[in-house]
Amino acid sequence: MTVGLFIPCYIDQFYPNAAIATLKLLQKLGVKVSYPLQQTCCGQPMANSGFEHLTTGCNELFIDNFAAFDYIVSPSGSCVLHIKDHLHSDGQAEKANSVRKKVYELTEFLTDILKVEKLTARFPYKVGMHQSCHGQRGLMMSQMTELVAPPFSKPRQLLNMVKDLELVELSRPDECCGFGGTFCVAEEAVSVKMGKDRVADHLNHGAQYITAADMSCLMHMEGILRRQNSQVKVLHIAEILNAEEV
Amino acid sequence: MIKGNKDHAALADIFNQDEARVDWHDETLWFVRAKRDKAANTLSEWEALRENASQIKDNVLSNLHDYLSEFESNAQQNGVIVHWAADAAEHNQIVLSILKSKEISRMVKSKSMLTEECHLNEYLHQNGVEVIDTDLGERIVQLAEEPPSHIVLPCIHKKKEEIGELFHEHLGTPKGASDPQLLTAAARVHLREKFLTRRAAITGVNFAIAETGEFVVCTNEGNADMGAHLSEVHIACMGIEKIIPKRANLSVFLRLLARSATGQPITTYSSHFRTPRKGQEMHLILVDNGRTQQLGRADFRNSLKCIRCGACMNTCPVYRRSGGHSYHTAIAGPIGAILAPNLNMKQYADLPFASTLCGSCTNVCPVKINIHEQLYKWRQVIVKEGYADPKKTIAMKAMEFTLSHPYIYRNAGKSGRWVMKNMPFLVNNKLNAWYTQRDMPAPPQQSFREWYKKNNNE
Ligand code: SF4
Repeated sequence: MTVGLFIPCYIDQFYPNAAIATLKLLQKLGVKVSYPLQQTCCGQPMANSGFEHLTTGCNELFIDNFAAFDYIVSPSGSCVLHIKDHLHSDGQAEKANSVRKKVYELTEFLTDILKVEKLTARFPYKVGMHQSCHGQRGLMMSQMTELVAPPFSKPRQLLNMVKDLELVELSRPDECCGFGGTFCVAEEAVSVKMGKDRVADHLNHGAQYITAADMSCLMHMEGILRRQNSQVKVLHIAEILNAEEV
Repeated sequence: MIKGNKDHAALADIFNQDEARVDWHDETLWFVRAKRDKAANTLSEWEALRENASQIKDNVLSNLHDYLSEFESNAQQNGVIVHWAADAAEHNQIVLSILKSKEISRMVKSKSMLTEECHLNEYLHQNGVEVIDTDLGERIVQLAEEPPSHIVLPCIHKKKEEIGELFHEHLGTPKGASDPQLLTAAARVHLREKFLTRRAAITGVNFAIAETGEFVVCTNEGNADMGAHLSEVHIACMGIEKIIPKRANLSVFLRLLARSATGQPITTYSSHFRTPRKGQEMHLILVDNGRTQQLGRADFRNSLKCIRCGACMNTCPVYRRSGGHSYHTAIAGPIGAILAPNLNMKQYADLPFASTLCGSCTNVCPVKINIHEQLYKWRQVIVKEGYADPKKTIAMKAMEFTLSHPYIYRNAGKSGRWVMKNMPFLVNNKLNAWYTQRDMPAPPQQSFREWYKKNNNE
């Protein structure tokens, strides 16, 4: 099994630790991972802003970088969803189609493909888990409060394997944090208010860390936490799942 | 309805200046959303019901012409006078001409989003007709000279103290009184007088049944019934998409509607109107106003399934924190943001962008409209049609160029973390809208790629 690691642009540039943890975690689980060096971005920032027609370059580049792998794994639910829903190519339609089918968000790859049942990680803190919308509702990584169906959660299932980690319950388990790509600046007032409310739910329940399977939501919440001089930190879920036993 | 040239973001910004009020608005609507969840969860067949409703509506949209003809001829046989209106203006003229022919200049009206969409009140007012809204919430916003901010809860943006103030001014309740019971009683007395003295009543239509030619109006206050039964002329106004094929289909929608809207098992009054009573005239106006155009837009036709329950607004985290008026259209919230650009793409080009595409609206929608996907699609259409902000277009083109060339991307990244400088969502806007209330991420020593090249020997 060959796995191509897709690291979204903003993680590459701002949160290399999340990417490193993803890579190491996969390697620890015995997966042969490569990171294609010519990758840039999935094109989502443009597409969600209404400029999907400008994503041709990104699409072609993505296909060239990743078509050869059996699986493509990324620590970002929203980028994965974008690829899954919108990647297309006039010249390489077949390949685009196959890429869309084999792209996975990290936690769903761990639970659904690798069928991970235990981890060696230890993280002795109270953790709030933010369910990022695109992962949760788009990729169906966990049950949604709006639907009448039995509960499940892929990221939670994994966090439960981490020693000494205490997950805090939230008042609104799957409310959006307000990042939303360009929404975060185009609709600054609402975006910030949503972020503040989301962060407050975690803080009110005693979280010491906020985690998620999507770094973009965490970047937004981190910006708010720092502005409030809060001691609470954000960590990508890969960093917790890969946390060394201390 | 149109508040100057301000777009959703600007209006939401104003709304957010009073944070305590935003919290109150958010919590009030969240309470309704939570009630909806509870009510939905009492039915194990909930998801099947949604699917069923969605399929009935698909059938309706694919055979709209036939069902409308069937409905028209059945309604006519029942003694109802049926009118067709191509747009809002024609709808309003029809209403006025009916009133004129009876020399009626004062009337009552129960809740109808269609008449809001057509700006009927304004039009009748300009033509010398007094309209009293009889739905309590609608009456409140009418007294305040504001449009409704929500399709089910029209005055949800008003606190009870503010309503007390309005009632004091207009209905003579004691100053400072804000007890809901007292205010409701005052409104009841006030409205009763109107019901008894007005000769014409307008109602909306929730469902029109092709098979029987009857229509159903759902209210919690019974005000539609009071108006319709006491008047000599009953005018019912409906969008052409309100048709359902058979009476047997009705239960599916009645079970979904109230649970989705307010968490009630069923609306207090679901009144069936079929034939005018003796001496009464019953008119029904079937209104297109852009609906056939939307039907022709393959990506958006689904939006015509909407039964106006308001669940998508209650669940929408953006709506809850920006208020209905920030959408500057009769139907606010996620569904309004899909319907409005169909009517006027330029004027409402901002609305499909007033969303994080979180998808909660799609999940609560009782007729399974893919709301967030349609918002995404509208964005593409709006940009292609040239209604995007030109500054954004330039930024997007620069971004496209950079991201399509790995070498340029990396170099840009190296020189001070390119993303921070150039990602349009981080800068580009005014004076960096990110930084106003949020800190920027601390730039790391090296990118992941740089680390990978140094540390990973595959
Ligand atoms: S779009 Fe769906 S949820 Fe929203 S008002 Fe219409 S029926 Fe209700």
